Amino acid sequence: MATVFLPMPIRRRIGGEPSLTVEGATLRQIISNLEERIPGISNELIDPELDDRVIRSMSAIIDGESAHMGLRTPVGENAEVHFLPAIAGGAPQSVTLPNRNEER
Amino acid sequence: MTTTEKPQEFKVVGTRPIRHDGVDKVLGRAVYGADVRLAGMIYGAVLRSPHAHAKITKIDTSKAEAMPGVFAVMSGKDMPLVASGALDLGETVDDTAFTSDRVMAHDKVVYKGHPVAAVAAIDQNTGLEALKLIEVEYEVLKPVISLEEAMAPGAIVIHEGLIGSDQGEQVKNTNIAVHNRLEFGDPEAAFDQSKTVIERTFIISRAHQGYIEPHASTVFWAPDGKITVWTTTQAPFGVRKTISALLNQPLSNIKVTPTEIGGGFGGKIPVYLEPLAAVLSKKAGRPVKIQMDRRAVFEATGPGPGGTVKVKMGVDDKGKITAATADIRYGAGAYPGASIGAAASGIFACYEVPNVRVDSYDVVINMSKTAAYRAPGTPQATFASETLVGELCEIIGMDPMEFHLLNASKEGTRRPDGPLFPRVGNEGCLLAIKDSDHFKSTLEPSAEGKLRGRGMASGYWNGIGNKSSVTINVNDDGIVSLVEGNPDIGGTRTTIAMQAAEILGLPAEDVHPAVGDTDSVGYSDLTAGSRTTYATGTAAIEAAKMVIDEMKKRVAMIWETEYENIEHIDGMFTNKVAPDRRFTFKEAAGKLGQTGGPVAMTGTVNVRGSGGGSFGTHLVDVEVDSDTGKVEILRYTAAQDAGKAVHPSYVEGQFQGGAVQGIGWALNEEYYTSDDGSMINSTFLDYRMPTSLDVPTIDTIIVEVPNVNHPFGVRGIGETSIVPPAPAVANALADAIGARLYQTPMNPGRILEALAAKKAGK
Repeated sequence: MATVFLPMPIRRRIGGEPSLTVEGATLRQIISNLEERIPGISNELIDPELDDRVIRSMSAIIDGESAHMGLRTPVGENAEVHFLPAIAGGAPQSVTLPNRNEER
Repeated sequence: MTTTEKPQEFKVVGTRPIRHDGVDKVLGRAVYGADVRLAGMIYGAVLRSPHAHAKITKIDTSKAEAMPGVFAVMSGKDMPLVASGALDLGETVDDTAFTSDRVMAHDKVVYKGHPVAAVAAIDQNTGLEALKLIEVEYEVLKPVISLEEAMAPGAIVIHEGLIGSDQGEQVKNTNIAVHNRLEFGDPEAAFDQSKTVIERTFIISRAHQGYIEPHASTVFWAPDGKITVWTTTQAPFGVRKTISALLNQPLSNIKVTPTEIGGGFGGKIPVYLEPLAAVLSKKAGRPVKIQMDRRAVFEATGPGPGGTVKVKMGVDDKGKITAATADIRYGAGAYPGASIGAAASGIFACYEVPNVRVDSYDVVINMSKTAAYRAPGTPQATFASETLVGELCEIIGMDPMEFHLLNASKEGTRRPDGPLFPRVGNEGCLLAIKDSDHFKSTLEPSAEGKLRGRGMASGYWNGIGNKSSVTINVNDDGIVSLVEGNPDIGGTRTTIAMQAAEILGLPAEDVHPAVGDTDSVGYSDLTAGSRTTYATGTAAIEAAKMVIDEMKKRVAMIWETEYENIEHIDGMFTNKVAPDRRFTFKEAAGKLGQTGGPVAMTGTVNVRGSGGGSFGTHLVDVEVDSDTGKVEILRYTAAQDAGKAVHPSYVEGQFQGGAVQGIGWALNEEYYTSDDGSMINSTFLDYRMPTSLDVPTIDTIIVEVPNVNHPFGVRGIGETSIVPPAPAVANALADAIGARLYQTPMNPGRILEALAAKKAGK
């Protein structure tokens, strides 16, 4: 089973444990199996637009390397999976710009 | 000097051939962004906001439109309304709505220099005159310039629509776009049990990449909807994607040709001029070229972010680190995107830290949006952590080299953000410096009035892998054409060709590399993240292997034998069952026409990660004039892990270039900003970057700890070298003047203040 290290906010919600062991041969299976134990977590991890990668403010790291095939990336039997803030960090959850003034 | 572990045998890799593009560049034949000239081309000019924060209440372009010689005028209303969405640029992800707003203001300007309108005219001067006829009325708002203002409760909110993330929780009415936390262990408990604990706060200036070539883009929007772009960029496929998203045009209708590039360092990843030139071209029906001047580059493009970093570290009675925490706050500029993720990952990467917590904040302020700058976010954070380590060593009376070696991260060390390091070169770099002539030398006594000191620091950059494509065409004369999709900002055209040559068994000169446009080469992620020699080189190796495989099939046909009987060794094809039969690569290439036609192969890769990244350690001697505060760099040595140095001269050049940029950031470079958000020193006369006259030769030591992810062991090396210089200089200054500085730039004024405070016993 893989050892999954969750982001801090989720970690706090489940009692502070830094990691938990999860079955799964791909990143998608790992998240799917996490969902059974932590309902709602897939909505927090999976990009709703693309549905094949984690959310844009986050990187999935498997055994120290990025999940280069998104949710399809294979996960080894004893792999470590980390969900980390993306390098550039600066992707807010969403943004709504004010209506543009077409009349100016 | 090169320290080598477990050497592989190479014929081409590790040699120093003359760069393929050298003659064109020396003779001035290379075509840079501003050199593009097309039939019927007209010239664009951009009207920029004089205010850092203001509502646009009116734009009247009618007088400019009526001016003779003006072909087109545009403003924000000519840009399509774009919804928020992910704009994945390979290393980073931007937001489409923010990017659209950044390149051309809509209702509000949020940084000085923000484009509010643009014209296309018969020549540059006519365009500039036309800009004067555009009437813009503003309702000026108070700018939010400092982090303190931006983060204070009740702060003026720059983007009312921004929804921030505080550790995953949505926050409205905020300038704090993101707050992340990394945590392992129990730092507070570990501090309580530590022998010594120190905490310091550092201030780091915003600094520009200072590339010599200003941004320049030419676009032709043809009547059939095809958009052709010539631009100076690190990311031609990113430009294509951005134009497609911002202008609602099909991706495949857009062709981007990257011109030669006069420096980038991350600053030429974002799109600035291309969408404006495209809109003007569509309106005018002609190709439109827009160039920036230096002031626009400084005011309206993305430097590396400044900010504050508070660091706390504890050690036991042996000097072993027990815990470390950091609070990193960067000013992203007018839109989110400071590199806080990399900063948090890198700040303690050189050490084994059993208990760690890193908070990082991406804060919006009324200045131009920051961009990647060589190891984005990491030099700033490492200035804090490594300067603190220098002071900690003073306090506990431990030699900094011994402290680094005692605590060095290595294979199996857990990085501050969690993942375990594979085999890496951190200890190798420390030992290489320890073994250097520089380290073993004694600092000579200084003249009266001069103070000398020595300092060291280490640094880390992880880098990325990602997607690349390379196509190799075998010509009849046995010369090979290689087309790759990564603009060459550091000699990568040659290092990619050398890796192909190694497989093909050819000299590097027989592989002719070219950077293709987005229609003539497969998708390639950006030139950034220290990825190009590593990842695109891997694609070149794949393509070369496919070429050799196909050539063996063809030779088997010629010799009327089985494919399995053909061997290729060092550029020679032989027949195992008839050893007297031999073809050189060139002889075989000349016979391809009779064996099924041309051989052209494309290698495509999606490389996982970087293989652990690259560490570096720098050692510097400085001399301070105690009357003027001027600092002279007396001697400088940089050691870094290259995995396998493909072209050692280019590797040394990257070490030296990064060191000099870091010295500039340490000693001189900053944005002088007035209260209204204007950059006061927006010329190279006033923005003081080091020149060759300011630094001695930077001595280099290439450490080679192979990267298991690459067939030849290559690591990406372009960025690490800018990480250690500022703290190394800070530690050397402390050694020289007997006082600590906690703010960049450590310029003469601050040094004199530190000397005066020391004299006054403060």
